[in-house]
Amino acid sequence: MLSAVTVPLTLLGLLERAPSHGYDLKRDYDKFFGRGKPLPFGQVYATLGRLARDGKVTGGEAEPGAGPDRKSYAITTLGAQEFYSWLAQPIVPEPHLQTVLFSKVVLALLLGRPAGTYLDSQRAAHVQRMRELTEIKRNGGLMDALLADHGLFHLEADLRWIDVTSARLTALAEMVRDS
Amino acid sequence: MTSPNPLAPRSRGFLVQARDIYFSFGNTQALAGASLSVTGGEILAVMGPSGSGKSTLLHCLAGIFTPDKGEVWFDGEQIDTLSDSRRTELRRTAFGFVFQFGQLVPELTVADNIALPLLLNRARRKAAYARANAWLPRLELDGLGGRRTGELSGGQAQRVALARALVAKPKVLFADEPTGSLDTLSGEMVMDLLVGLAREEGSTVVLVTHDARVAAYADREVMVRDGRVINRADVQLEVSH
Repeated sequence: MLSAVTVPLTLLGLLERAPSHGYDLKRDYDKFFGRGKPLPFGQVYATLGRLARDGKVTGGEAEPGAGPDRKSYAITTLGAQEFYSWLAQPIVPEPHLQTVLFSKVVLALLLGRPAGTYLDSQRAAHVQRMRELTEIKRNGGLMDALLADHGLFHLEADLRWIDVTSARLTALAEMVRDS
Repeated sequence: MTSPNPLAPRSRGFLVQARDIYFSFGNTQALAGASLSVTGGEILAVMGPSGSGKSTLLHCLAGIFTPDKGEVWFDGEQIDTLSDSRRTELRRTAFGFVFQFGQLVPELTVADNIALPLLLNRARRKAAYARANAWLPRLELDGLGGRRTGELSGGQAQRVALARALVAKPKVLFADEPTGSLDTLSGEMVMDLLVGLAREEGSTVVLVTHDARVAAYADREVMVRDGRVINRADVQLEVSH
C-alpha cells in the first residue's frame, strides 16, 4: 500500500495511460500497488474529486443510468506535468540516524541492560519477517517478488547494522559509560 | 549402516545432535560448548559472523571433524566415537554436501560428477548415469550432461553440486555458504531448488550462512557466537527490573 501522499500521483499515472472510470482505476491500483490493502472506493472518488478541483483531471459526464463509477476521468496537461515531475524526482534518501533500534541499544547500555541480547532478539524478529517475505516470493508472481525484494533488502540493511553493532558493543558500552 | 542404537535416549527423537562440543585448531578455540539439535525433515540455518565457529560446527555434525570433547549423534547413533572408516561410510551413504565453491571435479562432465556418489556406493554404471541424468531437468541443466564442469557458470556449477549432493538420497544435506560465490539472482535460484528438492526428497538440511536472505529460506535459524550456539529461546529479553 502506498502512502496517502503517493495515491493521487499514482492515480494520475494510471490516468496518463488512458482515460478511465473510477472503478477501473481502483481495480488497476489494487492489482499493482494494493497488496494486502486495497484502496477504498471512497478514497478513490475523494482523491479524483480533489484532482478535478485542482485542474489535474477532468471528470466527464456520467454515463446514463449509472452511478459515480461510470464517470470517465482524464488527466489534464497540469496533471501530467505534476506526475512527470514527481516521477523524475529521486526519493530523498533518509539516513535513519536516530532509529528506534539505535535508541534502544544506547538506552540498554546506559541502563546496564543486555544490549547484545536485545540485538539477538531483534535479529530473530527480522529473520522471521524475511522468512515470511521469502515465502511470498517463492509462491507469488513477479510483482510479488519485486515488492518482497524491496522489503527484504531493507531488512537486510538493518541486519547488517545489527551485526556490526553487536561486534562493537564492548567499545560502545565503554563510550556510553564514560560520557 | 548399522541399525540405530536402541539405547540412545539422549538423542530424543532428533536426527542430528551436538552435545556440548569443543574443538580447537591448535591454540584457537573454534567451538566452546556448542549444542544443537535438528529434527528430521527440518531445514535449519546456522548463522554467525566470520570466525564464529559455524563451519566448524557443521564439519563436526557431519563427522568430518572429531570434537575434542562432547558428543555428536546422528539417527540414534553416537558418531564421534566411530572409526574413521565407519564415519566415511556414513558420509557417503547418509550425508550430502554442498560447499561455497562447488568442489566439482573439473576434468569430469556434469553427468560424471552427479553420478560419482552413486558409483562410489557401488551402483551399476548404467543405473548411476540414468539417475544422474534424471536430475538434470530438475535443476534446469537440460542438455549440459556432457559438458565439463569447468565450462559452467557459477550458478550452473552450484546446481550440479546440489544434484551431486542429493542424488544418493541423503538423510541430511549439509550446505556451507552454498550461495556465497553467486550473484543475488543465481543465489536465489540455487536456494529455491535446494529447499524445494530437499523437501521433495525428505532430506534434512543444515545450512551454514552469514547471509540473512539465505537463512530466510530455512524453517528455523540459530546463531553461533564465540563457539557457542544461541537459540531463539536464549534471547528472550528480561522485562523485570
